[in-house]
Amino acid sequence: MRSLYRLLWLTRALEERLETMFKQGQVVGGLYRSLGQEATAVGCGYALTEGDWVAPSIRDLGALLARGLDPREVLRQYTARAGSLCRGKDNTNHFTVPEKGILGPISPLGTQLCVLNGVALSFRTRREPRVCLTFQGEGASRTGTSHEGLAMAAALELPIVVVLQHNRWAFGTPSHSVAAVKQWSDVAGAYGVPAVGVDGNDVLQVYDAAAEALARARAGDGMTIIVAETYRMLGHAQHDGQKYVPEQELRAWREHDPIRGFEDYLVEFGFESASTLEEIRTEVAVELDRATDEVLAESYPAAREALTGVYGDQASAGVPWTRGPVPGYEDLARRARDFTTATVEGS
Amino acid sequence: MPETDPMETTYLGAIREALQEEMRSDDTVFLLGEDIAAYGGAFKVTEGFLEEFGPDRVIDTPISEAAIVGAAIGAAHMGLKPVAEMQFIDFIAPAFDMIVNFAAKSRYRTGIGAGLVIRGPCGAGSRSGPFHSQSVESYFANVAGLKMVIPARAYDAKGLLRAAIRDPDPVLFFEHKFLYRRVKEHLPKDEEVLVPLGEARVHREGSDLTIVTYGAMVYKSADAADRIAEEDGSEAEVLDLRSLRPLDTAAIVESVKRTGRLLIVHEAPGFGGFAGEITAQVCEQAFEWLDAPIRRVTAIDTPVPYAPTLEDYYLPGEDDIVAAARWLLAY
Repeated sequence: MRSLYRLLWLTRALEERLETMFKQGQVVGGLYRSLGQEATAVGCGYALTEGDWVAPSIRDLGALLARGLDPREVLRQYTARAGSLCRGKDNTNHFTVPEKGILGPISPLGTQLCVLNGVALSFRTRREPRVCLTFQGEGASRTGTSHEGLAMAAALELPIVVVLQHNRWAFGTPSHSVAAVKQWSDVAGAYGVPAVGVDGNDVLQVYDAAAEALARARAGDGMTIIVAETYRMLGHAQHDGQKYVPEQELRAWREHDPIRGFEDYLVEFGFESASTLEEIRTEVAVELDRATDEVLAESYPAAREALTGVYGDQASAGVPWTRGPVPGYEDLARRARDFTTATVEGS
Repeated sequence: MPETDPMETTYLGAIREALQEEMRSDDTVFLLGEDIAAYGGAFKVTEGFLEEFGPDRVIDTPISEAAIVGAAIGAAHMGLKPVAEMQFIDFIAPAFDMIVNFAAKSRYRTGIGAGLVIRGPCGAGSRSGPFHSQSVESYFANVAGLKMVIPARAYDAKGLLRAAIRDPDPVLFFEHKFLYRRVKEHLPKDEEVLVPLGEARVHREGSDLTIVTYGAMVYKSADAADRIAEEDGSEAEVLDLRSLRPLDTAAIVESVKRTGRLLIVHEAPGFGGFAGEITAQVCEQAFEWLDAPIRRVTAIDTPVPYAPTLEDYYLPGEDDIVAAARWLLAY
């Protein structure tokens, strides 16, 4: 219980830290928060075991922290440090960390599920009892790659759990206005797999559903779709003031905050005292202060690092083409000079 | 002389052999695609593979090219060596996102590579219309992180495919379907056929003109070169690129420096085509050696049409190559 709470709080506090850094101009690109959705990510991430793989969407920081990802790695990514997991070549949570079983997303949505299928396929081929779990918003579930990925995972009976986070918004558009689906668990029928509905803001409910679906996948019984009912409490990204969101809707969901709800539960039923939770929050703040100082002291990668890492065998693939100088350029420039000199002298 | 097989191997048979040999020697190699297992593949490349290698290594998938390539990427991340078949290379378009955004950029972004092969039949000439005839190399030529191969001979089909499967990066392997059963060669019997990516090959030697080409156009270019030799007494060198990424720029530049004249022949349309890149490279590296402008002979700038009259007009012909070569030689 304590570690679940810590993960929930760490997720929120780390994102708040990133928001501060964003406003100070230290975050290089965009910032995408998971406020209000932390319980889905943490509950699912916590249900995974050693050797499993998770493919988060942009709003699943909690699942990565549950996999043991160091908060410093998150700070390095957003601030594009040389030593970041993507070496400054990509942003947000677009990193893949095999030793922690993390497959990063890319910005075109749905693609990641197709790739995770291959990871799950390798588990099946090698007869390993490992499983995969991925997240997607109901908005992302409309892409062609998402449909293809779900259809293939179901057809090949891959050991995979797909968590569909019904968070009501796809960027700036309410999902009900761009999808005819009324009940999101209905979509599972089209792929021939079972669906389970959960309150995505209840971390224990999420954890139970995930653990059960993962056990099913591990037993060789194929894919489950978990539909988590939740709400995106902030705009799509930091630049988005979500003026399009009705205030009464936000107010209603604020009453159903996943972290405060869990706090109340823990205290009311005597699992933890309010002061213990306060201590955890203080510890997290101290850890994040230290992490921030450390990461901000690091630097961006050197410019010419941009040329590295395109191919696995740079020797045969060659140095990437650059604007110049082109091979032989210096020689040509010298010859051009010689030619000019000779002409001048000869005239 | 190394001993050769008394039996001739077709271009298609060479691809088959490469897959078989790699799968026999390395059990991480596996195949996935549409109709490849029970049916044996639309062109029967993988006929009998399901029986030999089993359903874990020869996997029938839904008609979902993006999901096929996606699964190949994920499996490659986990240390397997996937070979994904596109039933016709035209159908690579639905997988474009997976290839250019995921496979190609994976190593650069995350340090985790995606060593996989996507192979499939390309090319026109078999009266198959706009969606079973395309040459797609230029769609992908601008994408760093990809490798691209297009063999003309059975020997190269075998040797390059084996090298592609062993390669740490995503390789697009284009097979010209017109050559599948028309090209037949005696392959070496006792020596390993393995052709490194990124090395061009002189198909026909010559000193008066360089014809840079690849795929099925190697044969048309060679026929044109023979005709010019016979009728005009000029010798054209035919350079078969074999790989487009990495591109053997050094071989092109070396040949152009010897001949002073460059003709580029490819089957894909010229506008925005691969010939443009070769032209730019030669201008940057060997401009002073050129005795004539660079010319190209390519398909016309239209989709591939269906009727025999239209398709024949669409494709670069031997006469077109001869005419362009003569123009260059007379310049």
